[in-house]
Amino acid sequence: MRILRIFPVVSLLFLVFSVTANAQCKAFAKADCLPELAPYTHDGNYHAAVLTEGEEAELFKTFYSDMDYRLAVCGEEILPPVEFIVMDASNNILYTNKNANFSRTWDFKLESSQQLKFVIKVNSSSEQGSSPKSGCVAIMFGFKIKK
Amino acid sequence: MLGNRILILLFLSAWVMTGCNSGGRKMKKESDSLLIPRDDAGVYEEIKKAEKVFYTLPSPLESAMLIKSAGAKFDDNLLNPVDNTRNYITNKSMALNLGIYTCDLSFASLYDQTQLIINYMNAAKKMADGLGILKAIEQEDIDRLEENIHNTDVIMDIVSQTYLNSNSYLEDNGQTAIAAMVLVGGWMEGLYISTRLIDLKDFNSNKLVGRIIDQKLSVDILLSLLEDSKGHPAIDEIIVQVNKIKLIFDKVTIKTSPIRPEYDQSTSVTVLKSEVQSDLSQEVFRELAVAVAEIRNSFVK
Repeated sequence: MRILRIFPVVSLLFLVFSVTANAQCKAFAKADCLPELAPYTHDGNYHAAVLTEGEEAELFKTFYSDMDYRLAVCGEEILPPVEFIVMDASNNILYTNKNANFSRTWDFKLESSQQLKFVIKVNSSSEQGSSPKSGCVAIMFGFKIKK
Repeated sequence: MLGNRILILLFLSAWVMTGCNSGGRKMKKESDSLLIPRDDAGVYEEIKKAEKVFYTLPSPLESAMLIKSAGAKFDDNLLNPVDNTRNYITNKSMALNLGIYTCDLSFASLYDQTQLIINYMNAAKKMADGLGILKAIEQEDIDRLEENIHNTDVIMDIVSQTYLNSNSYLEDNGQTAIAAMVLVGGWMEGLYISTRLIDLKDFNSNKLVGRIIDQKLSVDILLSLLEDSKGHPAIDEIIVQVNKIKLIFDKVTIKTSPIRPEYDQSTSVTVLKSEVQSDLSQEVFRELAVAVAEIRNSFVK
């Protein structure tokens, strides 16, 4: 009986935590990542997730030859620098921000429209024995007409 | 005492699960292997490792921008009339038409159609409100729109913000199927407007034909996005419809040379250089245009 009483409470807690964590990511994305896109226009799409050290996310998107693009990948301060790798459809690496001091943004344009894949990695920096850190990671795209 | 311990244990479990799982477009599942081309083991291994996978389509704003950049003319007859808002009472129709109206709004914005901009923002607001999306489009957004009605940059910023509010609300509240339908509506409207703006007399020289061919690259992404919500009756219906489009796009060939990234130091921009050869016959185009119109009209009826 006691378990039956506890179950709805835990379900509610789970829901509250889930919505709160996600709302924090949205607020982080809008406050910390969106400004990185200026002077490009944000496309309006939203990609954000809570990642823990050692975890990866991937994103697939088509990019067009008529546009100039800016990618912004932002991690919360609690996380170590977030690495992103850009690949073509055959998994060839085209760019990694590891070679650019983990820059949060990357400006690019294409001679022909392509589908690209982005691998976003939160590398481990915690000392052995300590618990890995988690935080929001936002991935946003800005565009403008190619001049 | 025991009850308190159970409560604490369950509380911590909920916290850990939330911290690890929330916010992602999709958690990896074993069944995802079905989505990956079997002949590309490298990609398959990479994707298996990822905690979250995002499939993203051109947003309505981007679709409208692609149409404008191709030199197309504005035609308000192609837009979904705002009077149709009263017909949309199901979540499916409201979600699809939130995407459609946002695309129409973007299209009107880029061509300085001042009255249409206001009308379509209100239509999109009705759809967002109907879906219970809180604070997606507020009266102050509409007031700001009216105050800046001749400033395209500000209008694009408002459209982008309100669209972000809608899709982030849906994602954050676990309504991924509804979020996917909004994206599908916007994408289909962009494709519909593009196909309707093609005059076969200048088919070979029309830049917009190239942008339509490019949508072949997004069809598989779109299907992967929809597969995330497979089992949802409305999504299952849309998957059948999108598969019809895919079958036609399968007749279009796109051959691309390997991409050569070159960094331009003067602009700090990386140029992804490659050559592409594509082929879309008028016959296949006509087939595509008919199929797209059929699906889009089923969305707006």
